[in-house]
Amino acid sequence: MKSKLFPFLVLLMILFLIGGIVGCTPTDGEDVVPPEEEEEEGVEFDGEIKIAVTGPMTNIQGEMMWWGALMAADEINAAGGVAVGDEMYSVRLIQVETDEIMDPLGAVSAVENVIVSEDPDFLIGGFRTEAVTPYTDLIARDYNKIFIICGAATNELLHGRVDVDYDAWKYLFRVTPIRSTDLVTVTILMLNDVAMAVREELGIAAPKVAILAEALEWNEALVQMAPQIFPTLGLEFVGTFRPSATASDVTTELRGIEATGAHIIYTIMSGPVGIPFGKQWGELEIPACPVGINVEAQKSGYYPATDGFGDYDCTLNTFAQNAAITEHTIPFISKFVDLYGQLPNYNADTYSAVYILKEAVERAGTIDTDSVIAELEVTDYTGAAGRVVFDEAHDVIWGPGYVTAVGIQWQDGELVAAWPLEWKPDAQNAPDLVIGYEGVVPYQIPPHVLEQWRE
Amino acid sequence: MRGLPGLIHHPGNRREELAMLSDILVYGLMNGAVYAMLAIGFSLIFGAARIINLAHTAFFMLAAYAIFYFGSELAINPFIAIPLSIILVVLVGVVVYYVFMEPIREHETAVLIVTVAVALVFQELILIIFGGHYRGVSSIVAGYISPYGIRISYQYLLTLGVVSLSLFIVWLILMKTRLGIAIRSSAQDREIANLMGMNVAKIAAATMAISVGLAAVAGVMVAPLYTLEPHMWLNPLVLVLAIVILGGLGSIKGSFIGALILAFIEVTVVFLIPGGAFLKVAIALAIMLTILIIRPEGLFGVYMEGER
Repeated sequence: MKSKLFPFLVLLMILFLIGGIVGCTPTDGEDVVPPEEEEEEGVEFDGEIKIAVTGPMTNIQGEMMWWGALMAADEINAAGGVAVGDEMYSVRLIQVETDEIMDPLGAVSAVENVIVSEDPDFLIGGFRTEAVTPYTDLIARDYNKIFIICGAATNELLHGRVDVDYDAWKYLFRVTPIRSTDLVTVTILMLNDVAMAVREELGIAAPKVAILAEALEWNEALVQMAPQIFPTLGLEFVGTFRPSATASDVTTELRGIEATGAHIIYTIMSGPVGIPFGKQWGELEIPACPVGINVEAQKSGYYPATDGFGDYDCTLNTFAQNAAITEHTIPFISKFVDLYGQLPNYNADTYSAVYILKEAVERAGTIDTDSVIAELEVTDYTGAAGRVVFDEAHDVIWGPGYVTAVGIQWQDGELVAAWPLEWKPDAQNAPDLVIGYEGVVPYQIPPHVLEQWRE
Repeated sequence: MRGLPGLIHHPGNRREELAMLSDILVYGLMNGAVYAMLAIGFSLIFGAARIINLAHTAFFMLAAYAIFYFGSELAINPFIAIPLSIILVVLVGVVVYYVFMEPIREHETAVLIVTVAVALVFQELILIIFGGHYRGVSSIVAGYISPYGIRISYQYLLTLGVVSLSLFIVWLILMKTRLGIAIRSSAQDREIANLMGMNVAKIAAATMAISVGLAAVAGVMVAPLYTLEPHMWLNPLVLVLAIVILGGLGSIKGSFIGALILAFIEVTVVFLIPGGAFLKVAIALAIMLTILIIRPEGLFGVYMEGER
């Protein structure tokens, strides 16, 4: 039996695996192109600037980091490279698979390995705070290399480090996203807009809000602060639910939220739990409007991954394809979508990080670390996400005239910007100052929520 | 614990208490059924062949990805895609058994390590083929019902039905067929079964097929409920191990009851301590440890497996 069955079964298994490779990979358009294949041909450079991109490269966050950096590097190389004094240098990217979502400690080894073996001039990336905290320690204090964070939001990665012990931590900067306390501010502004819609359309004077926050370090500040802010907005806080960031089923949590009578779910999620949330919230028609942060909902793949049930989910993002934050936003997004077939999320602003490094090197006329740091500190760069200026902790400044972030909502299968529509950042002192980007549309209450509360 | 506002939920009145109780009963039953499906398969192969198959939930993952591939990527009708996925995964399971486990079956520790290696190979293959992206599978039946205000998706109900049917079929096989008698006798004493003329290797292979089949059925049914990613086998494995240890290694009845106990504990934690919902598995495992201190052989296990 063995001799007859074995070849057949093995053949079937191989066919199944090959079928998977052939059937899936190309159609997804998610291949990560090795840097070697992207070298410019026919362009002579005097040297090269090596930039290591560190991130979870088999996950969308890492891919976005890589694609954003790759797009910038290709553009820079095609335009003649980086002027370093009298010489022209090309940009060479080194991809570093940190697998930091699943293995934060392994990420430290991956970063150290690339520093020792490749000796990059600069590093950019970093997604999960639990991994970025130890490896920024390594990069700054052991190897004295410049690292621009393009993913982790935790305040303490920079604040309390760069501004307290400058000599030890001056190597660290952040371009994207805005720091976690500013994330709270933006999501609270978005929440306020949603609460106003609930009051107007459902006639509920004091909407109830439940927090659904994954159990991770980066959102602790948000989870602690939010319930204290809700009453100032006329909102009633009804409870906090904290599933694991990798939970694959949140039905029970959603039922618990429904039992609290919440009208709004304030979401704070960066992990894969965002997908079962969107799917189960929509499929079970939970009568509460989600708003806040759901990183999974920032991606083109969210709608199909939730089988369309994630429609009307509302989350903070850095870009939106319909919102012209600056004159660079729409061209950047259009080119990104053309090249990689997906909308960029906030991690893709490695694009700006590479350009900011280029400009700093050109101003410094050298790739010497201290000289480049001095030039990075005086950065004033207008990119796709807004105007990037660093504060005393080397963090990107949030606010009107700088990077503001946007609120996005899935509306009928399209990802559109829904905040800021008419934001008055200082209504008392500057009532005429109204921020609203071209293309932003009004927030929409999910139809099933409208229907159930009207009943 | 982190001083979270709203950490512990206090039901306001008797009506709220009853509503919460019914929530816990319904969701505990639904989660418990899926856990039971996985745990019974695990228990079966251990009981019949003394194989601790740590790749068991990796087969569950393979089945979930297979239904994603056939159903979502190739758009094959679910009524074809589901059996196709189950059959393929069972075939892979049988091949794995003959190639990797059968030659070293007498060395139980070696088999244990091999199953870990097999699971990791599956994980890496899935990562290479599908990437680390989080995937979703469409529900076979979309929508929900709302008896007494408790929302239950049709997919969950369907899963519950299929799980119940599968467990009934397995019971029929074990109790009413010659194969079932052979599996049970092999489980009771493999050497005597061998001396009585039974081909214990083939019985083990058949048991492996049934065991992987149960994992595959669970995989294809919960794929629309869960998020697919290459590490999705790890969390269920921890739960399955906890369940079979709690219920008693090799005891099918114990696995079933252990699954329900852990599921009810998890659901209760979410409802009573919403701010600590992420601790549900940890609390369930802590309770399991407490029970084991009182009853080391598990709820329905024999004191020492080797003494059977």
